[in-house]
Amino acid sequence: MWRGVHTRLGLKKGRTNVKHRALLVAAALVGATTLAVSLSVAAAGTAPAKQTSPAGTSATAPPKVPNAAAIKAKYHGQKITFVGDSVGGLHARDLALASRFKKDTGITVNVVPHPTASDASFAQLARNFSSKSSSFDVMMVDVVWPGAFAPYLVNLKPKLGKASKAHVAGIVQNDTIGGKLVAMPWFGDYGILYYRTDLLKKYGYSAPPKTWSQLFQMAAKIQAGERKSNDSFYGFVFQGNSYEGLTCDALEWIASAGGGHYIDNGKVTIKNKNAQKILDGFRTNLDKISPKNVTTFQEDQTQTAFTTGNAAFARNWPYMYANATKSDSKVAGKFNVTVLPHGAKGPSVGTVGGWQLAVSKYSKHKDAAIEFVRYATSAPVETWNATQWSLVPTRVAVAKNKAVVKTNPYLKPAIASVPRVTRPAKYLKGKYNSGSKVIYQGINEILRGTPAKNVLPSIESKLKRLLR
Amino acid sequence: MSTVATPARPARRLRRHTKLQRRQTRLAWLLLLPALAVVAFVAIYPLGKTIYQSFTDQEFLGLEPTKWVGFANYKDLWHDTDFRHSVWVTIRFTLITVAFEFVLGLIIALVVNSSFKGRGAMRAVMLVPWAIPTVVAAQMWKWMLDDTFGVVNDLGQKTHVVSQSNPPSWLTEHPLASVAAVDIWKTTPFVALLLLAGLQVIPGDLYEAAAVDGANRLQQFWRITMPLLLPAILVTLIFRTLDALRVFDVFYVFFGNRADTQSMAVYDQSTIVGDGLVGYGAAISVAIFLIISIFVIIYVTLSRIGDQT
Repeated sequence: MWRGVHTRLGLKKGRTNVKHRALLVAAALVGATTLAVSLSVAAAGTAPAKQTSPAGTSATAPPKVPNAAAIKAKYHGQKITFVGDSVGGLHARDLALASRFKKDTGITVNVVPHPTASDASFAQLARNFSSKSSSFDVMMVDVVWPGAFAPYLVNLKPKLGKASKAHVAGIVQNDTIGGKLVAMPWFGDYGILYYRTDLLKKYGYSAPPKTWSQLFQMAAKIQAGERKSNDSFYGFVFQGNSYEGLTCDALEWIASAGGGHYIDNGKVTIKNKNAQKILDGFRTNLDKISPKNVTTFQEDQTQTAFTTGNAAFARNWPYMYANATKSDSKVAGKFNVTVLPHGAKGPSVGTVGGWQLAVSKYSKHKDAAIEFVRYATSAPVETWNATQWSLVPTRVAVAKNKAVVKTNPYLKPAIASVPRVTRPAKYLKGKYNSGSKVIYQGINEILRGTPAKNVLPSIESKLKRLLR
Repeated sequence: MSTVATPARPARRLRRHTKLQRRQTRLAWLLLLPALAVVAFVAIYPLGKTIYQSFTDQEFLGLEPTKWVGFANYKDLWHDTDFRHSVWVTIRFTLITVAFEFVLGLIIALVVNSSFKGRGAMRAVMLVPWAIPTVVAAQMWKWMLDDTFGVVNDLGQKTHVVSQSNPPSWLTEHPLASVAAVDIWKTTPFVALLLLAGLQVIPGDLYEAAAVDGANRLQQFWRITMPLLLPAILVTLIFRTLDALRVFDVFYVFFGNRADTQSMAVYDQSTIVGDGLVGYGAAISVAIFLIISIFVIIYVTLSRIGDQT
C-alpha cells in the first residue's frame, strides 16, 4: 500500500497542487450535500409532528379580547415575550392567542416554546431569573414551581385578585405565596387512562382495568394477540424517561398502592414495602406490555404510540384527548378514558399537574403582560382551551359548562372527582427540581431492571439530605 | 520566541545582554501584550472565577447571599458516588473510542495515502460523518437505533442477525457501546485526516533507499513510517483524548438525565443548570480540569521521552 508513496510525493510535485484543488472542490461539494442531507433529515423529523398538531384541523379562532379598546389606548405598540407550550401541538394554540391579542390590542406577543421536559423548562427560567433578564415577560409556570420562583414574579393580586376568585380555590392557594398571587391558574392536569374500546371487546373484556395487575394482564394478552399482525404493537405506554414526567407517573403508582407520596408530613417515606412492591411489579411486567424504549418515552412518544394505533393502554394528561379524536388519529372513535388503575392497598388517584401564567419581575412591560394574562385566563379563552384543545379548565363555572363536559368526558364527575395527589414541592421548595431528579433517576433505574430494594434506600438518603 | 523566554532566566545571565537585546525584549513583550490580554480575558479569568466559585455555596435562585465554604464542596465531591460513576463512564468511553478511532483512522490514512484512482474523491467522501454537526448526527443515530422503528433493528431482523420477536433496545441495554459507536463513526475521519497530514511529510526517498537496501514493506512500515509518524500520532491522541473526556452532546442527546450513563460534562451540566448548584458545579468543573490535566501530563511526558530517543 505505502510503496506508492515515494513515487507520488517526491517526483510529481507539480501535479499535487492541481490534485489539492480538485480535493477542495470535491470536499466543498460533499460538505454541501451533507448539509442538504442533514437538513432534510431534520425536516423529516419534524414533519410528522406537524401533521399531528391540531392546528391543521381548523380549530375555531380564539375569542375576542374583552375591553380591548381601553387596553389598546394604554399599551398599544408594546412588545412582550411569552414563554409558552411545546407539548402536543399546543404551540399552535399560543400562536393563535397571540395573533388575536395583537389584532385586538396592538400589543405584540412574541411566543417562544419552552423545552418539552418540564425540568428543562424550569432550568431555562431559573437561568433567566438569576441573570435578572428582561427578555421574558409572561411565562408558563408548572404547578410545582410557584414556591421556587415567587421572589421573581409580579404580585398579580392588585389587578387579577378579583378574577382569581372564579378559579378552583386549591390552585389559587397553590399559586399564592406569602399572601401574594404570583401566578394565575391557566389549565389543570391530572393523569388519566386512555384505553382502546375496540381491542377490549375483541379480547373479551367488558370494562377497563380496575387494578394495576389487571392492567398488566390485559395489556399482556392484547399485546401477545396483536403482535401476530403488528410488530410494533404494545400493551401499555406511559412516561418512563428519566425526567419530571416519570416523577408524576410513579407518584400515581405508589400512592394508589398505599405507598405514600415520596415525602409525607415533612418526612421521606419513599422506602416502604408497598412502594417497593408496585415498582417491582412495573419492572417485572414491562417486558410483556411495553416497548423496551418506554424508559425513554415522554408525553409526545406516548401520544404517537397511542394515536397511531400501536398501543392498547396509555397513561397521559387530558390534552391527548383532542389529538386522539382528530381526523388524522387512527384511534378516533375507538378509545375512551377513565381513572387510572390502583394498587392492592389504595384508591385510584391522579397526579396534579397544570400550568399557570406568571409575569416576570424584570419585565419592562408589566402592565401589558398582565393584560395578556388576564385575557388568556378569562372565561371565554378557558372555554376555548377546553373545547378545542381538551385542556382542563381552572375556572369552576367553565368546568361545569355542559358543552365543555360533552367534548371532554374526563371532566365527568366519575373521573374528575378522583383523589388528586401532589408532588412534594411544598417540602422541597427551591430544591424541588433536584429532589424530583433524585426520584425520576432512581425510578428510571428500577424500570430498566434494578430491583427496587436496591434503589429506594439511595433515593431516601438523597431526599433526606435535600430536606436538611 | 527565545527572546520572550529571556526575562524568566536568572538575572546573572540577563546582565550580560547588550542594550539592543534588552530593547528587543521589551519590544517583544509590548507586542505580545494584546495577545496576553486576550488570553487572560478568555482563559485565565473564567478559569480563575470557576476555581473561586468552587469554594462558595453559590446557587441559582439562591435567596441567601453566597458564602465562602472552603473545601466543603470538594469534600462532598470526594464522597459523591454519582460523580465517581460519571468519571468511570467517561474514562471507559475515552479508552474505547480513542483506541478504535486510532486503529481505524491509521488504516484509512494509509489507504488514502497510497495512489489509486479516485483518491481525491475518496479523501473528500471519508470526511462526511465528521462534517455533520454532532447533535444532528446523535439524533439521527438515536432514531436509527430505536428498538421498534429504527433502521438498525429492521436490517438486523431482515438478515436474521437480531431476534425477530425481541429485538435489542440499543440505548437501554447497550448504552456505552451505542454511544461509542456513534463517536467512532463520526470522529475516525478526523483522526485519519490528522494522520494523513503526518504521512505526507515523510519524504519518499526514504522508502526508495529502504527498498534498494532490501527492506520489505513490513520493515519499511515499522522502521520508517511509524517512527516518523510518531509526532503526528501523539498530537492526534492528545486531541482525541481531551475531546473524548469532555464529551457532552452525544450523551446528552442519547440519555438526557439518565443516572447511570452520564459523562462528567453531563453530570456537571445537570448539577449547575438542573439543580442550580453553581458552587458545587464549579468544584466538579475543577475536578474535570484536573483529571484532563493528568492525561495531558502523561502525553507530554511520553512525547518528551519520544523526542529524546
